[in-house]
Amino acid sequence: MSELDINDKVNEMLHKSEHNAAAAECFEKTFVRPEDEEREVIAPDGSIIKVNPIYDYFSGKKPTEEKPCGGVVEKFLNWARAESIWVLGFGTGCGSIEIPPLMTPRFDAFRFGIQMRPTPRQSNAFIISGYLSVKTLKRVIRSYEQMPSPKYILALGSCTINGGMYYDSYSTINRLDKYLPVDVYIAGCMPRPEALLAGFMKLKELIKAGKAEKANEYARNFDEYKANQKKIIKDWNMPDYNW
Amino acid sequence: MKEILDRIQSKYNLQDTGFRTDTMAFTTVSKELAIDIVTYMRDYEGFKHFVMMSCVDWIEDNKLQLLYLLNNPTKKCDIGIKVFIERENPSMQSAHHLWKQIWTYQRELKEAFGIDFPGSPRVDENFVLEGWTEKPHMLRDFDTNKYAEETYFPREGRSTNDPATYMRAKLYPNQPVTAKKNKDHE
Repeated sequence: MSELDINDKVNEMLHKSEHNAAAAECFEKTFVRPEDEEREVIAPDGSIIKVNPIYDYFSGKKPTEEKPCGGVVEKFLNWARAESIWVLGFGTGCGSIEIPPLMTPRFDAFRFGIQMRPTPRQSNAFIISGYLSVKTLKRVIRSYEQMPSPKYILALGSCTINGGMYYDSYSTINRLDKYLPVDVYIAGCMPRPEALLAGFMKLKELIKAGKAEKANEYARNFDEYKANQKKIIKDWNMPDYNW
Repeated sequence: MKEILDRIQSKYNLQDTGFRTDTMAFTTVSKELAIDIVTYMRDYEGFKHFVMMSCVDWIEDNKLQLLYLLNNPTKKCDIGIKVFIERENPSMQSAHHLWKQIWTYQRELKEAFGIDFPGSPRVDENFVLEGWTEKPHMLRDFDTNKYAEETYFPREGRSTNDPATYMRAKLYPNQPVTAKKNKDHE
């Protein structure tokens, strides 16, 4: 088989797979930036490759519910999950200033198995720290959906609960739980690092009791969440599920 | 500063010229001459530093007011050049050729107040908001509270207090509240 044949084969695989058919459906009515448009590029070896940036990098499939297996195994798994909470280092609002002191010797969140990770693919907890503008929400959704399940959201500060002092702002959301499933709310403006630690303890309790199943809830009520998200994110130029 | 203003006064028709401090003056000029005067100030009077550009919405007069604030680094003085433009379909001559940072200010004003600057680079692109389809959000007749209530699912049970009324009721519970309140609002 020559190189050109292999290229044809690969192209066929890429563009006729089930994933892309599903993705194509959910992309019909979206606004796509010029750099994301489907196009043909010439590879270094001279062959022509079809590129469709958004379809190629992400799956168009909806998330699926993962039922807990139950019994002793599930208990053990939950214990293990509760002891290793890896937080995505993404400060969305003013509350992210409370996170750095959490990782200092004074508050020392490491002793509870909490640590910060730089990418969503390595983390399972997301702290939404304070007010969330629509522009940030778009990035938050992308990051949240890339995190491996089971995943948890801690909503920090009163802005995530009812809008806080930004309740009448045109650009910040009021209730986070309409757009993403929230496991633990930490009230305050701003909550101290101690409050954040208390929130983590609560999250651990929930995980150990098997009640932190919000990732499954997100998959179950996926259409509802998406409808709410699309209501405010007008320039939706990303896949419906960013995995 | 005074000499400079006298010199321009003889060339251009300035209105409402006044000093905020000894080294800061503001003046209002006509829309047609505004960019000419800004150019003159930069090239002949040494106002080389462009400080900022902003807009005020005078909804009662049905006008928008643009402000160009310039600084003279050698003489250590500032001048603010104010321009009134119409509020319906506002448009203004672009000043992007004078200082490059004006591109960004004009992009911001286009998004926040809907003022068009024909010819200004990238003026139609999003500045802060993405996919904004409502009317420009900094205009005073854009009701941000109403928009937020209609769009962002306000949580039931949220209540707010007028801080003045609340504190008065707390501190002086025996005094009638309504009479005091009216007095405050006068």
